[in-house]
Amino acid sequence: MYKKILLAVDGSDHSLRAAKEAVKIAKGSDDSQITIVFVADHDNAKNEVLHSGSSAELDFQRRKKLQPVEEAVASENIKYRVEILHGTPGPTIVDFANKEAFDMLVIGSRGLNSLQEMVLGSVSHKVVKRANCPVLIVK
Amino acid sequence: MLEKIKKDWFSNVKGDALAGLVVALALIPEAIAFSIIAGVDPMVGLYASFLIAVIIAFVGGRPAMISGATGAMALLMVPLVRDYGVEYLFAATVLTGVIQILFGVFKVAKVMKFIPRAVMIGFVNALAILIFMAQVPHFLGINTMTYIFVAVTLAIVYIVPRFFKAVPAPLIALVLLTAAAIYGGFELRTVGDLGTITQSLPTFLIPSVPFNFETFMIVLPFSLALAIVGLLESLLTANIVDDMTGTSSDKNKESRGQGIANFVTGFFGGMAGCAMIGQAIINVKSGGRTRLSSLLAGVFLMFLIIVLGEMVVQIPMPVLVGIMIMVSIGTFDWSSFTYLKKAPITDSIVMVATVSIVVYTHDLSQGVIAGVILSAIFFVAKISKIKVQKKLLEATHYQVQGQLFFASVDDFLDKFDFSVEDKDIVIDFTDAHIWDDSGVGAVDRVVLKFRENANRVTVIGLDTGSEKLVDQLAIFKSEHAKLPTH
Repeated sequence: MYKKILLAVDGSDHSLRAAKEAVKIAKGSDDSQITIVFVADHDNAKNEVLHSGSSAELDFQRRKKLQPVEEAVASENIKYRVEILHGTPGPTIVDFANKEAFDMLVIGSRGLNSLQEMVLGSVSHKVVKRANCPVLIVK
Repeated sequence: MLEKIKKDWFSNVKGDALAGLVVALALIPEAIAFSIIAGVDPMVGLYASFLIAVIIAFVGGRPAMISGATGAMALLMVPLVRDYGVEYLFAATVLTGVIQILFGVFKVAKVMKFIPRAVMIGFVNALAILIFMAQVPHFLGINTMTYIFVAVTLAIVYIVPRFFKAVPAPLIALVLLTAAAIYGGFELRTVGDLGTITQSLPTFLIPSVPFNFETFMIVLPFSLALAIVGLLESLLTANIVDDMTGTSSDKNKESRGQGIANFVTGFFGGMAGCAMIGQAIINVKSGGRTRLSSLLAGVFLMFLIIVLGEMVVQIPMPVLVGIMIMVSIGTFDWSSFTYLKKAPITDSIVMVATVSIVVYTHDLSQGVIAGVILSAIFFVAKISKIKVQKKLLEATHYQVQGQLFFASVDDFLDKFDFSVEDKDIVIDFTDAHIWDDSGVGAVDRVVLKFRENANRVTVIGLDTGSEKLVDQLAIFKSEHAKLPTH
């Protein structure tokens, strides 16, 4: 079944819902592992650095954002690791997913309308189009 | 060694080459606009951006960071150029370099951590406001066509990137609108009205200023301000690039590198510069990762100027104004408004004070220094609150809570009731710490004053640090000690 699962999160409620689905899938196999990946968006770098005292503090803030997701996975006793990457979310997730062979990628969808999608760009769309593994989009 | 050179320079050639080109294209309008802010020929800013980008590629501490002529530095130079001329600016640039090299040698970068984030936020906001204010005379009340060109420029720089990202949008605006202005024959002021473009490489020159103490004293305050602001923006940018690339960098080497770059630039007819937040972000986002990206950005910039020089003088001013408005909007920290609501009131005051002082004095360094001093005062005021609780057990118990040091001594002394006679008194320092000799002196005063009325005083609960200080400085441990009479 699906053993190597990549869970792409941004710390939002949508990504928490995605985490719960990823857990369900992981439970289907005995030695499955979830890789939680979070992309620190390059567009926010200036703002985040300016508003944090040090790089250690910034790192801690990001980990705190992932706390609910980590808990959701850990509470079910599923093996997991956390990767914090830097870049533009869509392409960075795709590159990471295609570099290591994952059995499945799970990602939340923000549920944007078509105007927002045009302006903001849909991360999950980009991932579906370009990732080489099956992708589960959680609404 | 070879291995390191390969990693520092040639581990990402394709990404670096592309990013270098993108940055060079984005640098052209900025270097010209910052020259105009400073009140010098566009070549002064273009040479500076070329030289600094190239030199920093070799001597900087943060690979993939882009340095050049910047708005923050240009704004500081305005009075110097206006009152004394461009040759004094070159001299100031050399001296700025010397000061920054010293900053690097003496590891001043470490002091950065004493600059509170409220001051840094105030710094970028003030910078954004000043860049915007510098544009106003170039578009306000000139003619309708000027307004239209500014508006079209803004539309292009904000809408085009949504659909097309390969070429920086400001450059698209620059090319399209310059062409439109030339063929349409509109009445617009151009870069050529404000200066000339020389299509040649910079040459070595010694700033033609009298070499005496008077010159030094004229230039020194400007150089100091430039050195401080340049270092501040460079280290902030380095932190941003560190974060974007998930790597670390050598901040002292960067400071020294900025110094070397400015020192050399002053001898080649360029103005002092520093790291550029916006350009560094563009570089990393476009794929730049090593020193090669910075080198190529500089080289491409110079190449483009030599090739396109004639076109540059025909760039309409309103297009540059539009691009600078975009730069100022991008520089401003828009989350400041939520910050003002959420942050402690003292931090908000520091932020607003920093911005106000800069906007009033037009000098970023003064705002930063005032902001740092103000937050230091707030900090001292905050931690100098000391509590003393009095409890009547079999002995009179005074429970001290807080930090005992020069600023809290008066408060501390007021908390005791010295009218008692012949009592057992215990002063408990379990929840307190004594920091300096004023603190120890205060304990001395209290103990000895109680003893004057034949009370028996015991001091308990000193932590190790306080104990050590008391052992060294206090006199109350001797039974015969008397209160100093002064």
